[in-house]
Amino acid sequence: MPDNDQKDPNRRDFLYVASGAVGAVAVAGAVWPLIDQMNPSAAVLALASIEFDVSSVPEGGSVTIKWRGLPVFVRHRTEAEIEEARAVPMSDLKDPQTDAERVKEGHEQYLIMIANCTHLGCVPVGESGDFDGWFCPCHGSHYDTAGRIRKGPAPANLVVPDYEFVSDTVVRIG
Amino acid sequence: MAGQSTYKPSNGFTKWLDDRLPIMRLGYDSFVDFPTPRNLNYWWTFGGILTVCLGIQIVTGIILAMHYTPEATMAFNSVEHIRRDVNWGRIIQGTHAVGASMFFIAVYIHMFRGMYYGSYKAPREILWMLGVVIFLLMMATAFFGYVLPWGQMSFWGATVITNFFSAVPVVGDAILQLLRGGFAVDNPTLNRFFSLHYLLPFMIAGVVGLHIWALHVPGNNNPAGIPVKSKQDTVPFHPYYTLKDGFAIVVFLIPFAWFVFFAPDILGHADNYIPANSQVTPTHIVPEWYFLPFYAILRAITFNIGIPFTDITFIDSKLGGVIAMFGAIVVLFFLPWLDRSPVRSGGFRPMFKWFFWLQVISFIALGYLGSKPAEGTYVVFAQIFTAYYFAYFLIILPVLSRIETPKALPASISESVLKVEAKSATTA
Ligand code: HEM
Ligand code: FES
Repeated sequence: MPDNDQKDPNRRDFLYVASGAVGAVAVAGAVWPLIDQMNPSAAVLALASIEFDVSSVPEGGSVTIKWRGLPVFVRHRTEAEIEEARAVPMSDLKDPQTDAERVKEGHEQYLIMIANCTHLGCVPVGESGDFDGWFCPCHGSHYDTAGRIRKGPAPANLVVPDYEFVSDTVVRIG
Repeated sequence: MAGQSTYKPSNGFTKWLDDRLPIMRLGYDSFVDFPTPRNLNYWWTFGGILTVCLGIQIVTGIILAMHYTPEATMAFNSVEHIRRDVNWGRIIQGTHAVGASMFFIAVYIHMFRGMYYGSYKAPREILWMLGVVIFLLMMATAFFGYVLPWGQMSFWGATVITNFFSAVPVVGDAILQLLRGGFAVDNPTLNRFFSLHYLLPFMIAGVVGLHIWALHVPGNNNPAGIPVKSKQDTVPFHPYYTLKDGFAIVVFLIPFAWFVFFAPDILGHADNYIPANSQVTPTHIVPEWYFLPFYAILRAITFNIGIPFTDITFIDSKLGGVIAMFGAIVVLFFLPWLDRSPVRSGGFRPMFKWFFWLQVISFIALGYLGSKPAEGTYVVFAQIFTAYYFAYFLIILPVLSRIETPKALPASISESVLKVEAKSATTA
């Protein structure tokens, strides 16, 4: 026994490190619930999907609905706006995406996007800005008629949430 | 100046107490017979003023919390209820709201005082860094407090500020949800901000204790920036500085009271009297005035940082802005090691002086620009002043430490005081 304890590192050192490591794991395990409680609760998550009838939005009009506490734009685009969005060359875009990638086939007139500017989250104003789409007054981001970022500090296009048409006119978001 | 204690218990009870818990001795040594440089000017009264501010915020805050409801559908109305129905509520709520602004006026003066007189230099580095910690805690506290009335500015301020964290690569969105407790700022966010708004001032009080402890080891710096050499250089804290501080506190409370009585809302924004609405952002959102210089720095970064003439970006403008804004405060932690000049007081540094006052002007200019829309020349000027802000710390101070020839320092504090007195006596 004494023999063994003279060696460096000896059994005792090993036991210290091993019990310290187990202790650290236990503390981390105990701390995690204290942090995770701050994440969205089951009640918040339960509101995760909604349905909406897009036929109530007239051409050239737009409504803002609420999904998971977030504002969501449902815009019924005019023919001219769709043309304008399609004509933009990819090389002009900061976050390149075609118009088709941002809408559902057969429903190209409806643009559905989370209404928070991808910069710091303000709600941009519709039918304004240098690209006839949206303009965010908070720090000056301009979006085009497909909701793509064209100018200003925002890094990305307005986010298109997961959604699908459950009938000809009803969408389910989330 | 942690010298020998001169406390003498005056009666049987204090003697009995002193042998068991020498708390009277601690108070006596710290605030009565504490030897303090005899040349401190009025810029040195802001420490006492800040302590009073913290006390006012804690007392009025605890009272507000007795009437306030931290729930998204009721918070706005409960603050109106305090202002209209609660006995004295208009004055108490006004004192708390105005008090936050007065607190920041005092802390900015206090910090620039330290920067001019080199109070951050050895042996006071820890003292200075604890001050920066207090400043950060104050900013967090004021931000959480401003969310509580749940008006439009509260809501959108909370949205924009929590969104800073979404700029963090990879885990940004996860952090954002963790902070907000939802996909957007909502009732869970309000609840936790109330909890933290109640907690942080007491943490500030704790750090203030450390700050004063760290002050009482080397003792005060002073306008001449030279150390205390003999007893002639000092006077006891009481009555000399208790009265000087007391007088300054009274003077400070005059504009404070004026705001509370006659213009409690002038420092805030009208939009915050519109209840929070997650569907519409006010057209012009601005933070409280005391955050404006940092807000201007955030918005000055409108460009991506990457390899020039290629599409490769390392830091996009959004992350860059957030880094610059936090960096503007983090750089203060390093100040004691960036300024290597052995002379503390700016009064004896002919070149430093100019750059210092330019920094003050540039900081105020940033505040002005932060209140303006982020377009055109406003952005260009914000970029120039942001560049100066960082250059002052990272380039100018290190270079000045090498090239500047300081003026001759007085032999002692008492000599410097006597010289000034002699001069004014001959001119009189
Ligand atoms: C460092 C100290 C503190 C600062 C800088 C501070 C700052 C603020 C600010 C800026 C507001 C918003 C006022 C408005 O615009 O109407 C506020 C509100 C509030 N604070 Fe504080 N506060 C501090 C300490 C405290 C403490 C210690 C408490 C309670 C224990 C407290 C409780 C409240 C409550 C209940 C409100 C909501 C009512 C209102 O909006 O006036 N505060 N605080
Ligand atoms: S939040 Fe829209 S530009 Fe900053």
